[in-house]
Amino acid sequence: MVPVSSEGRVSRYASRIYPRYIVIVMTVPLTLLGLLDREPSYGYDLKRDYDTYFGKGKPLPFGQVYSTLGRLARDGKVAAGPSEPGDGPDRKRYAITPLGRQEVEAWLAEPAAAEPFLQTVLFTKVVLALMLGRDAQRFLDVQRATHMRRMRELSEIKRDGALVDALLADHALFHLEADLRWIDVTTARLGALAETVRRA
Amino acid sequence: MTIDALPMAGPLLEARSVERSYGRTPALREASLSVTAGEVLAIMGPSGSGKSTLLHCLAGIFTPDAGEVWFDGRRLDTLGDARRSELRRTAFGFVFQFGQLVPELTAADNVALPLLLGRTGRRQAYRRAGDWLRRLELEDLAGRRTGELSGGQAQRVAVARALVTGPKVIFADEPTGALDSLTGEKVMELLVGLARQEGTTVIVVTHDARVAACADREVMVRDGRVTDPYAGEVLR
Ligand SMILES: Nc1ncnc2c1ncn2[C@@H]1O[C@H](COP(=O)(O)OP(=O)(O)OP(=O)(O)O)[C@@H](O)[C@H]1O
Ligand SMILES: [Mg+2]
Repeated sequence: MVPVSSEGRVSRYASRIYPRYIVIVMTVPLTLLGLLDREPSYGYDLKRDYDTYFGKGKPLPFGQVYSTLGRLARDGKVAAGPSEPGDGPDRKRYAITPLGRQEVEAWLAEPAAAEPFLQTVLFTKVVLALMLGRDAQRFLDVQRATHMRRMRELSEIKRDGALVDALLADHALFHLEADLRWIDVTTARLGALAETVRRA
Repeated sequence: MTIDALPMAGPLLEARSVERSYGRTPALREASLSVTAGEVLAIMGPSGSGKSTLLHCLAGIFTPDAGEVWFDGRRLDTLGDARRSELRRTAFGFVFQFGQLVPELTAADNVALPLLLGRTGRRQAYRRAGDWLRRLELEDLAGRRTGELSGGQAQRVAVARALVTGPKVIFADEPTGALDSLTGEKVMELLVGLARQEGTTVIVVTHDARVAACADREVMVRDGRVTDPYAGEVLR
């Protein structure tokens, strides 16, 4: 759904307001990597934890778990342990490498670009940060600031722009505001969430 | 002229490690904040975090238990009550959520009031009140009693009343808190737009991110402390 003006052309400023129409970025590899940053795990455990926290209503197929782990191993971000005796593909324990750890660190530290409909990415980062004992509060603060900055830019577009641009900016503003409310609510409940996701 | 000789724009208003309690409830703990002249600053934060208390300390309405407040190169918190009231009347303007207008008086009376309480003559006061009502797009309502105005209209009168004395700083505590989002936006647009034209500094406490997005910068108050969300930010 790219916003289109009445003449059927994409509005002149649409590209400024929606820099890239978001296909939720590929968070699966980074999420699995983050889960592995806790401790070495079998594919089955990763799938179970992914489905519990991040896969609500959309479980991760086993095939995708193993193909993702395969790619991560190829890129040197995880290392597969020796095959253990038994049936099925799930005979290897995977461990994160220093390179993989660096990647998780960098991903968690960086705020997502402030665009509407980001909830799942923000949620994933917060939960992973808590699981890994990282500073989730700080992540939320930085994300909040990133959102506010984008909202200021959109307010400016509204002030100076034509009606169509103002309405497009409003659409983005209301969605970013929804993200911000979620950020505030989550900030207020961070202690409780940390208890929930901390492994026994 | 060397770099050293250039005038340095210091902060217009500054709180330095301000502490303030209500009885045994600490509301501000070492809150520090600095605002430059002409800046529009939003103060955000959870309910009960100390935003209003901070605003009142900055405006010299409350004196802090500890710490310092500086305005325009002068210590504000150690001034006597009379000097502080004088400063509030001449250099500051206030907009609150509601309840600052006299409902039995007309919009023009309400806006002229701060001038009449000063040394401005009646004719001059009403002329300037009329100007400001016009700038807030309220000229048709000048003769209406403010008790009969809508919430949004009343807040625009309150903005006119805050600006009429030509203050250096406007303090606004949830100025749009009782309005729907479109009306609130209009009020905020007028307040910030006119303040920018006049070079007036604005400090606005708000829960509303869309209101805060009209400001140049925002700070968060959490548990009585001010945090600057951009400090130490990871830059992309
Ligand atoms: N008059 C008072 N007497 C006692 N405690 C007070 C008083 N005013 C404020 N407090 C307490 O001081 C703390 C900070 O209050 P303050 O009004 O500054 O918060 P706020 O951030 O403005 O909240 P809100 O967003 O709800 O307006 C709160 O814990 C509040 O209960
Ligand atoms: Mg308050």
